[in-house]
Amino acid sequence: MTTTTIAGRQVDVNDEGFLVEPGQWTEDLAAELATLIGLELTDAHWKLIRFLRDDYVTQGETATLRRVSTRTGTPVKELFALFPGKPAKKMAYVSGLPKPKGCV
Amino acid sequence: MTATDTAPMIVPSFDSPRSEGRKLAIICSKGNLDMAYPGLILANAALGEDVETHMFFTFWGFDIITKATMADLKFSFVGNTAMHPPGHSGMGVHHMLGALPGATTMATKMMKKQIADLDVPDVPEFLELLSGSGAHLWACRMSADMNHLTEDDLYEGVEGIISASDFIELTEGAQLLFI
Repeated sequence: MTTTTIAGRQVDVNDEGFLVEPGQWTEDLAAELATLIGLELTDAHWKLIRFLRDDYVTQGETATLRRVSTRTGTPVKELFALFPGKPAKKMAYVSGLPKPKGCV
Repeated sequence: MTATDTAPMIVPSFDSPRSEGRKLAIICSKGNLDMAYPGLILANAALGEDVETHMFFTFWGFDIITKATMADLKFSFVGNTAMHPPGHSGMGVHHMLGALPGATTMATKMMKKQIADLDVPDVPEFLELLSGSGAHLWACRMSADMNHLTEDDLYEGVEGIISASDFIELTEGAQLLFI
């Protein structure tokens, strides 16, 4: 674990750069994390990020891509468009959550 | 961008050049429920990692993408000496019990429930998930001809019915899984 400064705030991250403490996350930080991986957040992104945050609180683990898709009614294709390449990991990163553990 | 009075910032390498150009080919040759899922799950995992993924459905694996059969794949434990009830109580189930009438229906029902309990979709919905994630689904020409099936009989996301040579050609340089 490393302590680093993002958006003027000290946060703990793992060796890949994911936040270790979901509690250190704020919406300002999300915008900065998104910028770091080349994303500009729109309302569509925010809707998903907020879902991920809420879902993590109730489930205790990060939602998989399919879960995000079915629970928010967002087609998988759109998730790939919003978070290109590796949507599940990118969503988790921006939301300050660990990478999803589930297989599907 | 940001002050770095602490450790330098670590940004995940989501688009690292290493994953660029990586390709996976999965040949699905079996039509049992328990043999369909490994291919579907691995394809989904690869797509989530931004790996170009091609699946080739051949022989019994053709049932996975055939509209008439895809929702009704079955699990039989005949011949599976590793068969045991869910969990590991140490109790085994003799595989030939699977030959009794109704055993396949029951075993299939149980496996489908276990899969659904994990929030993993059934086969038709799984194909949709893969299509939406950008998977390339290919049907085997010989299997289509043997079964007298055309593209109309197949799941809509299937890109085409192609020969084995076509598949080998378009997966040049890919890592390959035969299931």
